[in-house]
This record gives sequence, structure tokens and C-alpha cells, in this order.
Amino acid sequence: MSILLVLICAAIGIPLLALWGDGRRGAVMFIGINALVLLAILALALRVLWNGPFTTGDGQFMVDDLSIVLVLVAGVVGLGTAFFSRSYMAREIVHWSLSRRRVRLYHAMFQTFLTTMLLALLTNNMGILWVAMEGATLSTVLLVSLFHTAEGLEAAWKYFILCGVGLAMALFGTILLYFAAQKVLGHDANALLWTHLKTVRHQLQPQVMAIAFIFMLVGYGTKIGLSPLNNWLPDAHASGPSSVSAALSGLLLNVALYAVLRVKVLVDGALDPDFSGRLLMGFGVLSLLVAAFSILRQRDVKRLFAYSSIEHMGLATFAFGIGTPLASFAGLLHMISHSLTKSAVFFSVGQAVQSIGSREIQRIRGLLELSPFLGWAVMLAVLFILGMPPSGIFLSEFLIVTSTLQVQPWLTPFLLLGLGVTFAGIFPRLQGMVFGPAPAGVDAPPVSGIVPVFVQLSLVVVLGVFVPWTLIQWMQHAARLLHG
Amino acid sequence: MTAILMEVAQVLLVAFLAPLFAGLLRALRAILQNRRPAGCWQNYRDLYRLFHKESLQAEGTSWLFRFAPYGIFAAFCLAAGIIPILATGLPLAPAADVIALVGLFALARVFQVLAAMDTGTPFATLGAHREMLIAGLAEPALLATLFTASLLSQSTSLSVIVAHLEQLRFALHPSMVFAATAFFMVLLAENARIPVDNPATHLELTMIHEAMLLEYSGRHLALMEWGAQIKLVLYVAIGIALFLPWGIAPAGQLTALPLTLTALLLKFAAAALALASVETLLAKLRLFRAPEFMATAFLLGVIGLLSFFMLGA
Amino acid sequence: MTIAAQGLTWGIPLLRLLAALLLLLAFAMLAQRRLLTLIHLLAWQGVVLAAGTALVALLTGQAELWFSATLTLALKAILIPMVLHRLLRRLQVRGDVEAVLNIPVTLLAGIALVIFAFSLAAPISALTGTVTRGMVGIALAAVLLAFLMMITRHKAISQVVGFLAIDNGLFFAATSATLGMPMVVELGVALDALIGFVILGIFFFQMRETFDSMDLRHLERIREE
Repeated sequence: MSILLVLICAAIGIPLLALWGDGRRGAVMFIGINALVLLAILALALRVLWNGPFTTGDGQFMVDDLSIVLVLVAGVVGLGTAFFSRSYMAREIVHWSLSRRRVRLYHAMFQTFLTTMLLALLTNNMGILWVAMEGATLSTVLLVSLFHTAEGLEAAWKYFILCGVGLAMALFGTILLYFAAQKVLGHDANALLWTHLKTVRHQLQPQVMAIAFIFMLVGYGTKIGLSPLNNWLPDAHASGPSSVSAALSGLLLNVALYAVLRVKVLVDGALDPDFSGRLLMGFGVLSLLVAAFSILRQRDVKRLFAYSSIEHMGLATFAFGIGTPLASFAGLLHMISHSLTKSAVFFSVGQAVQSIGSREIQRIRGLLELSPFLGWAVMLAVLFILGMPPSGIFLSEFLIVTSTLQVQPWLTPFLLLGLGVTFAGIFPRLQGMVFGPAPAGVDAPPVSGIVPVFVQLSLVVVLGVFVPWTLIQWMQHAARLLHG
Repeated sequence: MTAILMEVAQVLLVAFLAPLFAGLLRALRAILQNRRPAGCWQNYRDLYRLFHKESLQAEGTSWLFRFAPYGIFAAFCLAAGIIPILATGLPLAPAADVIALVGLFALARVFQVLAAMDTGTPFATLGAHREMLIAGLAEPALLATLFTASLLSQSTSLSVIVAHLEQLRFALHPSMVFAATAFFMVLLAENARIPVDNPATHLELTMIHEAMLLEYSGRHLALMEWGAQIKLVLYVAIGIALFLPWGIAPAGQLTALPLTLTALLLKFAAAALALASVETLLAKLRLFRAPEFMATAFLLGVIGLLSFFMLGA
Repeated sequence: MTIAAQGLTWGIPLLRLLAALLLLLAFAMLAQRRLLTLIHLLAWQGVVLAAGTALVALLTGQAELWFSATLTLALKAILIPMVLHRLLRRLQVRGDVEAVLNIPVTLLAGIALVIFAFSLAAPISALTGTVTRGMVGIALAAVLLAFLMMITRHKAISQVVGFLAIDNGLFFAATSATLGMPMVVELGVALDALIGFVILGIFFFQMRETFDSMDLRHLERIREE
């Protein structure tokens, strides 16, 4: 019941925002709805804390240790984005003179996106998981091209076509999964339920499962932004509103990786875990390195951090590929901290870009002088995303590197190289952006949009210094689940 | 004995009904294009007229020029004996399998091309070159198609293939769908039909087949034209044998002949209608698009082969 | 779900025939330069798909597949091609499609993809009985061919046609290889396809408004520095 409550809270927002989601009331309503959703999620988390994992709705919906952690993050980032969106969009609406209809579209589509993300995390049906992922793609296409600029349209088109094709591959994988499941579970409407599949996973035909996994990895991997399928990601992040970039990086990539993990659990039953592990490690390292070297060439600040998202998702994928409980734990921690930090980065950088009026790194100068609040927000968020010590990212990266040393020591240099190059690519530019004299004739941004940055960053510090006991429990269970 | 009679009957039937089929096709096309047809029998009148005219030999041509019309006509008549049209298992059938059949067609083509080049006129040479361009692509496509059918029946003998296909209830296997499409495209190209060539015009920019005949006259021309008409009927007959084989008689069974003949007439009439409508609906391709057309046919033939291995049917 | 014995003798060959037709249409699309014909081919693919679904419904006696077949016929064979047709006229896109590669090379690449798809699906077909043998391979080949078409085309509409053709291939895999996915999933997938199509429509008009053209070569401004 509490699962349905979360989904209903989120879904009800769509028609509300589509009808009345403009002007001041739209932004406030958007925040209100997501606050409500977060409350429902907290209730759900408490229930999971007491009763453990459970399913409802004839087994169609499921929450377990893996999904509850990600659902919590989705709730927090969703609310943070709604908060940020209020002050950010108020200025964008004036700048682009967006019509009331367009603002309603923005809010309704954004809420649809958040709802599909929650649905993807909470469904037990692998088919519905696909449907939700596709729904997320569709709802964000129009968000990316919200301003109707040539660049935005191009990015949205690329996003739509690449992710559409990618997801088509994932659907093919899902069909193959059902094909394999049919042999064991029979021609049954419940043959795609993950919990059912998990109980019979050792009996699934390995050949079919191998191909199914490859298709789903390629398909959902496109959405994770794994190299070489990452072309859409920097464009979509750069061209859309910053609130959308934050939600894409903070939620969509995570949920896509979550989908791959669900499949991995099933495949590891049918095949040697090395099969899926090697694939994930390969894609992970490749993405990490490609993204790291791409970062060096970027001149656009939002593209820079979009590539950083690819890098971090590559790292998390790699961690799950290693497959030991410790590595899986680290991967999960990395997903969570990256989600919180990267959305904070896009909030703060988005504000800076909006004030300066350009995304070019060279033109963004003296943020500390312009507004100390914004300057500190950018500085902390970027330092955290680079893995500076008090953040959760430091902890997770440390754990990932140490478990690599234990299991695949020869890969460690590649990891360190990727991380080092990223640091070298971002850190000097951060100095340029934050210090120095502020450009003339630029107004300081409003403070209210920065609040979620600090809230989320403090959560990341909590993750890095003292992980709450319940969270550790959940993540350990999830890691064991992934380990098989 | 009856088998030999049927063999002779088949060759004569093909040879003497070929002008009728070509005439029917022309009449149908005319009707479909809102023109008044010249009647189905016009081709006979043309041939009759040509046979009674003097045939001239172009200056500076060799014996090849004179010999080619007979060679071509003979090759097609022989082919008419090999293909199972009226019945399977005819006496001549073991003489050649599908590969030899394609070779026979190639032989006729070589005669035609050599004779055209022998005249030394630019148009004929041009036509010869174009003919070889098309043929070089059409032949592998034809072979791929025939191989698909022979894989299905595990024999390259046309008679065995047809006998086997007739027994299967669903002769349109997936692989045969591809083969049929490819074969139809080859048929259009090999017989100088639209969209590859237009048999009704003498436009020097586009003509292929007609260009090679420019220097011929009298009975030589008559034999060449007749040969081309027989060739068209043979291709249609192969198509019918491979893709619509129902109702064909086993060798030596005279009792089955009435049914076979009726079925055959219906199938040929349907083929004429199909060809006429395709030729009316399609526009002629520019010459340099023709290789593209043939390449498509070849690739379809290959897919036919592939899906046979994949689907086993 | 099993197929009645008398269905095996004629139903399965017919289903295979439809599969071959689907692949044939996918090839025809790859070789086609004209947008209008492309849309017609897409509609025919929809018809084949609906016929396949109806056949499976008949063979297995699943009532919901009849519903699915009707929906497919209405959406993929009639509604979507009609809308595309109208879009083509309203946006006044010129008739020709240019291919990036020339057609024979594209077709050769297509053959390579078909071989790849067949060999990839070979272990799966080896496992299954006679019923659905080869269907996975053909459906995968159709999907990959549509994918190839998308890559080699410039015009937005032909890319969308490719996208929808991918969808057709997937649906065919779902109905003929697995004899129908669970109803919830099929409905969800159909809903997504419909929404995606509507969004594309909106998108086309945005594009038209901004670029005055439907040629995707205008969309090559973002480049890696």
C-alpha cells in the first residue's frame, strides 16, 4: 500500500501541474507535490525498516534493500530540484519569455519524468521497468528542447533517437528474457516478475540469458551514458535547463544502472558471474577513461560536468562489475553520493551560468566576488565531485580502488589514471571560475536557489563521515543480493 | 514414347505460343495505359513479314553475324525442352540441370553480344556493353535464386526440384519469398522490360536490347525477335515452375494433360497481367541505377539462401 | 501456451512466411529513396505485423492477442502512416530521400547485419522446438536493418520511419517468438509508442519553426571541440 501511495502522490501531480502549473503557483505546487512524495517515501522507508522487503499489488510492485536506497535518493533529489527550479526558472522564463503554456508543459513533463523514475524503481515487472524507462526518455525530450533553440532541438533529437534505439535494444533483451522465462515459468503473466525470476534464475537457459543480458546492457547502458554510446549525454545536459541537467544526472543515470543491476542478478544465476562482471568492468573502465580525456577538451562548463557524470557512472558500473560484496557496497555508495553531489553541481553551476549569461568556462570568472554564497556553493560542490575527503565520493572511490587492488590489481593503474586526468581537467578550471574579479555588469543571483546545494552537500558529508546505521544495513543487504 | 511426344509438344508449344504471349502482354499494357491495342496476333504478322523480306548483311561483318540468330534461336529452343513446363521427368530433363540452363542462357547472350560487336557500329557496341553490365549482375542473382530452390529439394535438376516443390503444401517458404522477389527482378532485367530497359523505344540514350539488333533485317531479325519472345516465355515458365508448380503433370501421363494445360494457361495469363501492371506502374530507371536494381536482386537471392539455412525452409 | 496439432501443419509455415515478408519489407525500405513509398512500406509492415499477431491469436486461442492485433492494425497500419503522410504534405518536405551511403553498399551492409543476426540467434533457435524456430533471428534482423536505415538517412521523417520499423521488428519478436508478452507489458509498450509518436509530431513542428527545413544536416552544429 505504501508503495502505491508514493506512486499515486507523484502521478497526481502530473495532471495538476498540466492544468495549473504556471506562474508562481506552479513552482510552489511543484515543490509541494515533491515534498509530499518525499514524505510518502520516508513512510515507505520506515515500513521497509520494520518489515523488510515486500511486494504489493499481486506482486507487481516490490521494494527491497536495493531499491529503497535509490528511492530515497530520488525523493531527495526530486525535492531539491523542485526547490532549485523555482528561482532558476523564474529568471529563465523572463529571459526566454516563455509562454504560460510552455511553463505548464515544463512542470508537467518534469513531474512525469520523476514519476516514471519512481515507477521504474518500484515495479517488480521487468517489462514495466522498460516501459518506465522509455516514458522517462519521452518526457525529457521536450524538456531538453524547452527553449526552442537550434542547439536544444539538435540535442533533443539526438537524445530521442539514440536513447530510443538504445531502449529498443533493451526491449529486445526483455523479450528474450521472457522467452527464457517461459521455458521455466510457463506462458504466464507473472513470468516477467523479478521476484519470480530470481527464484528460478538457476534454471534459465544460459545461451538465451547471455544474449538477453548483452542487449539490455547495451540498451540501458545507452541511458547510463556508457562509452561508446554516450553521444547524447553531453548535448542533452548542456542544452536543456540546468534543473533538467541536474535531474538527468542525478536520477536518470542511476535508474538506468539500477535496471542493469536487476538483470545482472538474474544472469549471474544462469551463467558464471564472471560473464556479466567482465562486461560491466570493461564498459566501466572504457567510459571512465574516455570521459576523463574528453573532460580535458571541454570549453562549455555544463558539458564538462556532463562528461564528469559519464566518468562517475563508469566508475560505479566498474565497481558492480568487480562483484565482491565490498565493491558492490562501494558502487552503491558511489551512485548515491554522485547523485546528490552532481545535482548540487548543476544547481550551483546553473545559477552561475544564468547570471553570467554564458556557458563558456573562460567567461565565468570571480564567482566568489560576485556572490560569496554562490562561489562557495560552486567550489564545494565541484571539490566534492572530484572526491575531496569529507564527501561520500571520496569514501566510495577509496573503497572501489582498494577492492580493485584485491581482485583485479592490474586494472588499478587505469582507474587511477582516469581519476587523475579528471582531477587535472576540472580543478584548474574551478580556480579560474571561482577566484578573480567578477565581470562587470552582472547581478548577483538570488540566494534561495542555492539552498538545496548546501542541503544535499551536507548529506554527502554525512555519507562520507558517518553513514547512518540503517543505510549501511540496507546497502550491505543490497550488496549481498547483487553478489548472489 | 508418350514422354517423347510430350517433349516435342512442349517445345513446339513454347515456340509457337511465345509470340502470342508477347502480343498479349503488349495488348494488356496498351489497355492499361489507355491506348488501343494492336491485337494479340500482331507479333505473328510481324514475324511473317520479316521472314519474307530479304536479309542484308552489314558491310564488314563476319560469319558470326550470320550465325548468331540461328545459334540464339537454337539455344532457346533447347532450353524449352529442359524446363518442366507441361510435365516433369521429360526425356531431355537429365541432359542439363539449373546450372547448365543458366549456361545455356549465357551462351545465347554471348552470341548476341559478339554479333553486335561484330558490326562495329557505335550503337550496337554500346548495347553490347550495357547488356553485359546488366547480365554480369543478373546471372549471379538468377543462380542464387535457383540455388535456394535446389537447396530446398536437395537437387540441382530442375525436374526434381519442381516435382519436390509440387508435393509440398506451402511452396512459398520464407526463403522462396525472397527468391521469388529476386527472380522477378531478374526476369524484368533479362528480358529488357521496364524498369531496366524499354522494349518499345529506340532511344539511343537508354536502349540496351534493341541497340544490338539495329543492324539486323529480314529472317535474321525475325529469328532474333522470336528468340527474345521465347526467352520471355521461358523465364515466366521457370518462375511458374519454381513458385507456382501446382498442377504440373508427371512424365508420360497423358490423362493429366488437360488439367495441366488449363492451369498453365491461367498461370500465363496471370503472369502477363502482373507483368503488364508492373511495367505500367514503374518508371524506367536511369541506366546507372540499373546495377543498383540488379544488386538488390542479387542480395535478395542471397538472403533467400541465408534464411533457408536459418529457418530450414 | 501451446499450439493445437492441426495448427502446426499450416499455421507455422504461414507464420514463417509472414516473418519473411517482414524482413523483405525491411530490405525494401533500406533500398527505397522516396519518402512517400517509405511510408507505404511501413504501413505494409504494420499489416504483416497485425496478420502475424492475429495468426498467433488464432493458433493459441489467446483472446487478448486479438485485441493486440486489432490495435496493431489500427495504429501501425492505418493511423501512424496516415499521420506521417499528412505531416509530409503539411511540412512540404520534398519527395526525395538522399542516402548517405549509396544503396548497394547499404544493402551489402544489410546482408552483413542479417548474417550477424542469424548467427547471433542461432543458439537460441537450436534450443527451441519447431514452433518458433528462426523467428528471433528474423525479428532481430528486421530490427537491425531498420537501425541501419536510420543511420544512413538525413531526413527527420525517414529516421522516424526507421524508428517505427524497429518497433515493428520488436513487436514481431514479442508475438511470434514468445507467443505474446504479458498484457500489461504490451499495453505499456503500445502506450509508449503512441506517446513517442505524439511527441515527435510536436517536435517536427518545433524543428520546422526553427530551421524552416526537415533536413537533419541543419542539426550538426554541436561538435566536439
